Amino acid sequence: MAVADQPTPSVESPVENALTASGLTGETLTLRVLKGVPGGEPEEATYQVPVVAGMVVLDAVHYVQHNLDTDLACRWNCKAAKCGSCSAEVNGHPVLLCKTRVDDLPAGPVTLHPLKSFPLIKDLVTDVSRNYEVNREIPPFTAAPDDGTPWRIPQQDIDRLYEFRKCIECFLCQDVCHILRSHDYSDRFYGPRFFVRVASLEMHPKDVLDRRDQTRDQGGLGYCNITKCCTEVCPEHIHITDNALIPMKERMVDRYFDPITRLGRAIRRKR
Amino acid sequence: MAVTPEPYDTIECDVLVVGAGGAGMRAAIAAAEAGCSVTVVTKSLLGKAHTVMAEGGIAAGIGNLDPEDGWEVHFADTMLGGQLVNNWRMVELYAHEVIDRVLELERWGGIFDRTDDGLIMQRAFGAHSWRRLAHVGDRTGLELIRTCQDKMVHTAGVDVCMEYTLTRLLKSGDRVCGAFGYNRNTGRFVAFKAGAVVLASGGWGRMYRYTSNSWECSGDGAAMAYQAGADLLDMEFVQFHPTGMIWPPGARGILVTEAVRGEGGLLFNAEGSRFMLDYDPVKKELSSRDVVARSIYKEVQAGRGTPHGGAYLDVRHLGADYVKRKLPSMYEQFHALASVDITSQPMEVGPTIHYTMGGVRVDAETAATTVPGLYAAGEAAGGLHGANRLGGNSLGDILVFGRRAGDAAAAFAKTEGGTRVIDDAQIAAEQAELLQPLGGDAGSAAAGENPYKLHEDLQLAMQDDAGIGRSEESLQRALAAILELRERSTRIRVSGGRVLNPGWHTCRDVTNMLVISEAIVRGALERRESRGSQWRFDHLEQEQEFGKVNFVTRRGDDGMHVVSVPNKPLPDRLRPLLERSRFYDPAKLPKGYLTETAPAGGTTRKQQ
Repeated sequence: MAVADQPTPSVESPVENALTASGLTGETLTLRVLKGVPGGEPEEATYQVPVVAGMVVLDAVHYVQHNLDTDLACRWNCKAAKCGSCSAEVNGHPVLLCKTRVDDLPAGPVTLHPLKSFPLIKDLVTDVSRNYEVNREIPPFTAAPDDGTPWRIPQQDIDRLYEFRKCIECFLCQDVCHILRSHDYSDRFYGPRFFVRVASLEMHPKDVLDRRDQTRDQGGLGYCNITKCCTEVCPEHIHITDNALIPMKERMVDRYFDPITRLGRAIRRKR
Repeated sequence: MAVTPEPYDTIECDVLVVGAGGAGMRAAIAAAEAGCSVTVVTKSLLGKAHTVMAEGGIAAGIGNLDPEDGWEVHFADTMLGGQLVNNWRMVELYAHEVIDRVLELERWGGIFDRTDDGLIMQRAFGAHSWRRLAHVGDRTGLELIRTCQDKMVHTAGVDVCMEYTLTRLLKSGDRVCGAFGYNRNTGRFVAFKAGAVVLASGGWGRMYRYTSNSWECSGDGAAMAYQAGADLLDMEFVQFHPTGMIWPPGARGILVTEAVRGEGGLLFNAEGSRFMLDYDPVKKELSSRDVVARSIYKEVQAGRGTPHGGAYLDVRHLGADYVKRKLPSMYEQFHALASVDITSQPMEVGPTIHYTMGGVRVDAETAATTVPGLYAAGEAAGGLHGANRLGGNSLGDILVFGRRAGDAAAAFAKTEGGTRVIDDAQIAAEQAELLQPLGGDAGSAAAGENPYKLHEDLQLAMQDDAGIGRSEESLQRALAAILELRERSTRIRVSGGRVLNPGWHTCRDVTNMLVISEAIVRGALERRESRGSQWRFDHLEQEQEFGKVNFVTRRGDDGMHVVSVPNKPLPDRLRPLLERSRFYDPAKLPKGYLTETAPAGGTTRKQQ
């Protein structure tokens, strides 16, 4: 059948009407959101939200904003797990709100708190500006000036870097890392996100800087005791511990503790 | 009226860049490298702009896989895809320079998938003659934004103001000399004094119900430019991406990248028929976006839609390993949001609002708008894409014209942008307007209009009556709805204070979207033909006369005016290049100057 010969649809039956299905399940979600501002005592506000098929927690927050509490603050952007804006703690777990399905959560009320490791701005929104300061401290990608055109790079190198470049800077790993969360060492410890960043530069075949001293001295990689908490919360499934932290630690070991390297350095110093 | 404004912060710079997506960051880098102090203002955190949503790649005629490719063929494809109402000079500059911009990105540390020889890999995409899109998996936009971000924050002279909203361009006489707005987190007002301003504020999909756009895409930049007296161009051309998610309801509209079809994904209707073979036997699934979107729409209308009203997009034949390697974020997206394993089940997809071809009218070489001191680049600007944008041309657009805007704004700031006098009367008036919705009581009946409800009503009106298919009747309905919503918006009220109050922020978003929606509808009413993304049920043919004009929207004393301006015919040096496209067919040329004396193709062409 020549499909293209079908009569042109009329405006009187907009396809949207035929497509729009409410998807309401008849169930109700109880959402307990920690609301507050710095200096005040945060309080849990409780909202009742009608559940729609396939609903994510961010959908529930939007329902609250549109219908119950226009003042409820929540950071979000793409709503497709690609930008990493809507990080928060659902039932105590750091997650992306846009990727957390309501039907995957245990029955009963759902609690929604801001990220604990960062200073509160309001309600679910925290001040993550320290992360941007750390990024500035890491020297940028630096290639040799005389490297010819075009670059030829094996796909295997790209595959290795690609895992690190998938990072959407949701900062869930920074939130959950106990060096930052419990010890508040943000002044001396870059955190998992930025060791991933350093690893992506260090392992780039065209980057010529040696980043090991800085990663040890300013970055404080030594504080990390590879508990893998960061890896567990990564929404992009980056193997932060195995593929970034441990290899960076190994490079450090090679530099500072390998007996032959130390001997060589001692000899150079004597000259 | 009070002329003494509430105290506000002042930030001064040579070049103010509005927006921190690819275009804004590329402009900032260019202006700073030209020796200017630059302030970049973004509504979000750095690195979250809508650029991250671009997945498929950057179109550039490098020819690493297909040596037949080059800037000339890319030029031809882009012009034909845009139905020849593009600004051909922009397309020429673009096709030339995008190659250098891609290579530059690599020099800044951006990574791309490689060919067997280790060169930048390129993939096929809709209506591109050859394999052309430089990409890394299906996350090219993220790679672009992260690369530009790292380059920019390490470029001396660039400051970034995150989570600020700008609401008005400040003028000194005819010239733009800065912008006014507020810190979203504190509610504190701030004025930016600048020698020149670059609008890189993106598009405006948010006024539609089903869209791949984030909340940010409310058209602030274009609305501010319009209020400041700048021309807007081609506002009727709004792109429906053929493949958005349609189920579950909360995921409706989320983008399914064209790379799925670029890598070999096929479209089927509910009867299992590969319908694109009927609508476009040459380009098939990789036809231009307007054609594929309309084809899915027609299948659904004819009763051959999937259970949730779309088409099936199938990649099972590509093999699970290949799908997970080349389309990893699509695999993840369907798995997480729809509980669908795309390696063993087909995806359900349907058209979603994705991109706005129209925008602020600019000069091709300098990205200068019609107001001195004001520049525009990327999706906020109009002209490059004509009536329909080809996939992969937006990431290139932002790099090429972001850089050009930054360069030109820097030159202007250094020469003519010296005096930066801010008029407190303008600021006092703007403050009064911004503060007007505050102080409402959400619980009471006298609370006034809820901004979110106004937004929802606007989305429904635009989706139903100014969407993928339009008619005089539907557009008049949309216009009436917009005018009524505008009246309601004068009574908009929100509770809470100025500290990070999303309800308050939404108030200005809505009034901006009302301005832009009116421009879309008025433009669509004037273009009484079907061309590219503009599909008029009451004017199915493409018309010669409309191929020779663009529609310009400008502010008059008595409201919005839409006027037609002639577009310049292709010069002799570029005209023969059209034949370099693999899809060039003299009998099917878009109607306009080129078909006036053409011997072949005398019959009127119907939109596919």
